[in-house]
Amino acid sequence: MRKIGGCDLSLVLLAISFSVLFAPVLSDLVISKVDRRVDLTSQHVRLFTTLKVENNGTDSVSEVLLPFPDHQSKNLAFLTATTTEEKGKSKSSSQALPIKVVNPEGMPISLAWYSASLPKELGKGGQLTLEIRAVFTHALRPFPEKITQADAQLVVFQDSAYYLSPYVVKAQSFTVKLPEPRVESYTKLENAKLSGSEIKYGPYENIPPFSYTPIVVHFASNGPFAVAKDLVREIEISHWGNVQITEHYNLIHAGAESIGEFSRLDYQARPYLRGASAFRHLIAKLPPRAHSVYYRDEIGNISTSNLWGDSTKTLLEIEPRYPLFGGWKTSFTIGYGLPLHDFLFQSEGQRFLNISFGSPMNELVIDNLIVKVILPEGSKDITVSVPFPIKEWQEMKFSHLDMVGRPVVVLEKTNVVPEHNQYFQVKYRFNNLSLFREPLMLISGFFFLFVACIIYTHADFTISKSSASYVAKLQWDEVQTAIQQFQGVMSRCLAIHDKLEASLRDLSRTGDAQACKAARKAADSSLKELSKELKSLLAFLQSSPQAAQILPKVDELVVKEKELQEKLMLKHSIVVDAFEKRSGGRDTESRVASIQQKITALRLEVDDLLEVIDEI
Amino acid sequence: MAAPETSPTPSSLRNAFGHVFSFFILILIGVLAFSIRLFSVIKYESVIHEFDPYFNYRVTQFLTKNGIYDFWNWFDDRTWYPLGRVIGGTVYPGLTLTAGTLWWLLNSLNIPLSVETVCVFTAPIFSAFASWATYLLTKEVKGAGAGLTAAALLAMVPSYISRSVAGSYDNEAVAIFALIFTFYLYIKTLNTGSLFYATLNSIAYFYMVCSWGGYTFIINLIPMHVLLCIVTGRYSSRLYIAYAPLVVLGTLLAALVPVVGFNAVMTSEHFASFLVFIIIHVVALVYYIKGILSPRMFKVAVMLVLSVGLVICCTVVAVLIALVASSPTKGWSGRSLSLLDPTYASKYIPIIASVSEHQPPTWPSYFMDLNILAFLVPAGIVACFLPLSDASSFVILYIVTSVYFSGVMVRLMLVLAPAACIMSGIALSGAFDVLTRSLKFQLPGTSEIFASDAVDTGSESVILNKDGAKEDKSEDSVKERPSKKSKKKEKEKEKEKEKEKEKEKENAGTLSSRSHAGTSSRRPLVLPVEASVIAIFLLVLLVAFYVVHCVWAAAEAYSAPSIVLTSQSPDGLHVFDDFREAYAWLSHNTDVDDKVASWWDYGYQTTAMANRTVIVDNNTWNNTHIATVGTAMSSPEKAAWEIFNSLDVKYVLVVFGGLVGYPSDDINKFLWMVRIGGGVFPHIKEPDYLRDGQYRIDSQATPTMLNCLMYKLSYYRFVETDGKGFDRVRRTEIGKKYFKLTHFEEVFTTHHWMVRIYKLKSPRNRIRGKTKKSKSKSSSTISSKSSRTRKKNPWN
Repeated sequence: MRKIGGCDLSLVLLAISFSVLFAPVLSDLVISKVDRRVDLTSQHVRLFTTLKVENNGTDSVSEVLLPFPDHQSKNLAFLTATTTEEKGKSKSSSQALPIKVVNPEGMPISLAWYSASLPKELGKGGQLTLEIRAVFTHALRPFPEKITQADAQLVVFQDSAYYLSPYVVKAQSFTVKLPEPRVESYTKLENAKLSGSEIKYGPYENIPPFSYTPIVVHFASNGPFAVAKDLVREIEISHWGNVQITEHYNLIHAGAESIGEFSRLDYQARPYLRGASAFRHLIAKLPPRAHSVYYRDEIGNISTSNLWGDSTKTLLEIEPRYPLFGGWKTSFTIGYGLPLHDFLFQSEGQRFLNISFGSPMNELVIDNLIVKVILPEGSKDITVSVPFPIKEWQEMKFSHLDMVGRPVVVLEKTNVVPEHNQYFQVKYRFNNLSLFREPLMLISGFFFLFVACIIYTHADFTISKSSASYVAKLQWDEVQTAIQQFQGVMSRCLAIHDKLEASLRDLSRTGDAQACKAARKAADSSLKELSKELKSLLAFLQSSPQAAQILPKVDELVVKEKELQEKLMLKHSIVVDAFEKRSGGRDTESRVASIQQKITALRLEVDDLLEVIDEI
Repeated sequence: MAAPETSPTPSSLRNAFGHVFSFFILILIGVLAFSIRLFSVIKYESVIHEFDPYFNYRVTQFLTKNGIYDFWNWFDDRTWYPLGRVIGGTVYPGLTLTAGTLWWLLNSLNIPLSVETVCVFTAPIFSAFASWATYLLTKEVKGAGAGLTAAALLAMVPSYISRSVAGSYDNEAVAIFALIFTFYLYIKTLNTGSLFYATLNSIAYFYMVCSWGGYTFIINLIPMHVLLCIVTGRYSSRLYIAYAPLVVLGTLLAALVPVVGFNAVMTSEHFASFLVFIIIHVVALVYYIKGILSPRMFKVAVMLVLSVGLVICCTVVAVLIALVASSPTKGWSGRSLSLLDPTYASKYIPIIASVSEHQPPTWPSYFMDLNILAFLVPAGIVACFLPLSDASSFVILYIVTSVYFSGVMVRLMLVLAPAACIMSGIALSGAFDVLTRSLKFQLPGTSEIFASDAVDTGSESVILNKDGAKEDKSEDSVKERPSKKSKKKEKEKEKEKEKEKEKEKENAGTLSSRSHAGTSSRRPLVLPVEASVIAIFLLVLLVAFYVVHCVWAAAEAYSAPSIVLTSQSPDGLHVFDDFREAYAWLSHNTDVDDKVASWWDYGYQTTAMANRTVIVDNNTWNNTHIATVGTAMSSPEKAAWEIFNSLDVKYVLVVFGGLVGYPSDDINKFLWMVRIGGGVFPHIKEPDYLRDGQYRIDSQATPTMLNCLMYKLSYYRFVETDGKGFDRVRRTEIGKKYFKLTHFEEVFTTHHWMVRIYKLKSPRNRIRGKTKKSKSKSSSTISSKSSRTRKKNPWN
């Protein structure tokens, strides 16, 4: 007690001043029974209060005032009041009451006042049972504030043994539930009793209004004091079927600060003795059918995590890169995808997203939570409904190929506890056709790119049409077309040659010499025609200066082709003659063979030349 | 003028089809090059690898955040404390600017990729570009077939993969592309003589200078080739256009890069290019004069010029030599010197010698990194001599020099890889050409054409010839320009030969293996069918083996990011993520301005991942500073504390692998710390740390070793893990097991003890200093004591 006496003095004074100054006020209501239970097993201090309220005055009352001392109210994260109306013995229906902050006149300023409005006014002599549930964060103060690795973490909790109320309290009791039976000290009042891990104050009877008797409990608590300084949740909706959630955590162990050495050896050898106050892992309870879960920080993936799930939930156990001792910080990001149809619904032409607000980790206190709902591009008429007060504004975000940006609804709330993990709704209108905007944009983009390429290759972008190089290029093009035509003529010549050969083969098969001769005549005439064509082409090529380079080749080719033609004719006539005369094979054969060799050689050369020209 | 569409269709259609086909093959090669490098992302994660890439990543982050002007002016005060480092002027900006531009482009298209993602995938993207550049280069040298083969080989050559897997965000990633592309443009200019390509070539060279210090290879290789061409009498105006603009424009552009600056004209690495620049002008002048003078006059002029020119040359050379000799390193930087003289570094610069990638490679590493290419290269060289053109002589020169350089330094294997791929591509495609052609000619039904049915021969062989020639067409086209005259003669000769051959009607199989296009395509009689079938089968098998090896190398050998280690245990993969654990701890749980001391290997990672100021890092620009840290690590605790305290160090980080058997830890690097420290501070002597010339840490170790800071920080309380202190890397029990730290305290040790972080204890008060005196052992010297008391005096 000596250690922590100093800090209590002011509270004691405060309490005395309350009871002295404001004794006779608001006394129409009387609280016949108060039962308070405070749960200190985690860092969230959860206070359950059951009030039995009686109206002893004449006027009917419509609200019940719930004061909290300042040091508690600044840590108050969550407050609800419900009434239970007793209809018969067993059945009871509970109903949440609206709570608002009030500032009644003439009341001490060091109190924060909340008022719960009753569902119906409480008449004279009426009775009512109120269940009040309050959650406080940062209400457990580590003491001592700095410990070494081997020490257990001790924390201090302060409250009043009496229920602080503007009304007369007839009977009351107060129970403190501790995480483990190890209690360093607690304020010993009359009727105070420690049993196991519970401390019980009371019952006390007939306590005047504004009674405040400070009590202090100093006990060991090694639960994780994980506090997210900042948490940014991004909920991105894609109408292609996915809700992507990304959560950026900035975590600190808010328990007693660790000083001195950190020995991994001690920590690994005796983890529950040396390092009891550290926390190793957190469990995130994700919705069912969560997929593509990742867990990383700014320098990469964190490989220490486990994931398992069933049809009702997906559990993600994450372990920070290192065990967090008091005062140590870390930051990381988790992300997961959820099926769209579980969270997005349609009604009256509107779509609404129905998704939970807080972090999926239940052990966490969040100092500052920002929830960003990123709606698809083209959403409009956005409204948000959240069951508790928040700050709200809108932003724009540009993401994959956006033109106008995606509307972002930003919700900000401080001091968030798991009790805030309630569903909230974002309603908006969205045209299904907007879905195809980006694919269409891509398709048209590539289309125009290709069209531009086609146009570029076909169009003439020369600036000066009279420049020498341009003229040369034009001429060169002409030469090229001429050469192409020349090649065409040549290959037709060759085709005729092939025909002649074929006729010879037919001859050896059918023996029809006349047909063979006719073929020769036809070939002859067509070759003549072709040579005429050739002449004009050659004339053009000779006149063109650009063609000077290839002209020798062309000439050579023409000569060779002529030669080939003659040889073929010769061979043809010899073979046909021999066939007609039925003369001895050997003599003819030898002649034909020698001609044939020449033909083959010439043919090869002609092909070579053709190729060479082709390359030019 | 009739019917132009009937006749040209077969050839043009074939061409068009061929182009589309090779275009798709190229796209596939690009996809292959990209995707084979993704093993690291699939097996591990999308993360930056190793050490240097972290620095580049950090610079890129800075660039994207602050813009280009801040980047040029960036003075980094978070490294080399208290000296700092001028990043803008000491870094090759090519890689960062490339990735920064890529990121900026993507973001302006509203594709929100993070800088990290862009950095991770830069290397694979550029290796796809590099394989396309290889295609272009080889196509210029030996035709499209060889180009495609070379590109496919380069896309998966392990040597290049080792430097360009996803996440390996290092200069080499873009530099290899720049290197090949510069060479391509040079060859292209040489083949076309177009000033347009010459200008592009200088710009490509500029990009290379921006990207990597290896640009000196280009600026020495190209002059060598020019000189070779001149000496062998291949001077032409094309050569002049290919070279002169490159030197002028290239040098001007190179001088724009801050890290190069006046080095582009001042250091010896660049002198060769200027010398050749002078020579080529002299030669050009000579050719010009030769053109306008009569032969007799020319002889007189030569006599005159030679006598005067020699005198001038001698004086210029003398001045140059005097200039070069006057500088201490003879004008060469340390790394270049160690290239010319492989023993230089180990003699004079232990820092360069201490890096494993600066060691000469072993034979197995050639097989590992090049695989079958090592055997195909000689065949490719032979193919390049058939016939020798300007382009093919360049590739030969390239492979010869790069083989030498790779023999000096392991990391220059990277320069060898593209050359080897080009050579092997030429060899392989040549071999396939010969074999498939001989198959085609001897298909059933065509084999006896020359023997019996004389009537059929003409038409049939024409068709065959057409088919056979198709593949070689593009090759012909390339060769046509450089040596048309010689080519013509050659062809005529060949034709005569062919006539003879055909008269004899003999099978000219053996000769045809000289696979040059123009010659053998026209020779219908080549290898026997069985032989070519078997040979094709064997070649395919060989290439398949290469592919298997490359995929294995990419998947197993070269994909580890080295900041995450894994081991295969019976119950699955075990991950050692200790480095990032330590860096994350530093970044979250120390003050922003705290200084962290560690051996320089971890400098880049500490600044990038933990965002803390470091004393030395991988830049190794200041030997004295590194030696100071080395000295501190090899000093006894107290002296080390004083050194670190004087550097304002708050935390000391050591890497220790003894618990899990991680071999590249600080104890194994420790001798280099001693050597480097001893090089500057002579009181650190290497023999003090060695027992009979052996480096050991067991009970036989010297007391100096057992008392030095590195030993203590590594093994502090190590014995308590198993009771014996068995070091799994050194496979021995440690020498000194139980000791306490007086000036340091352990603040963090990672899960597998791989990284241990210690904090310097704050200086003791004067009163407690007295009690300490009795405790202090022999290790604390008198001088250090006096300096300690002096330091405390100001408060007195």
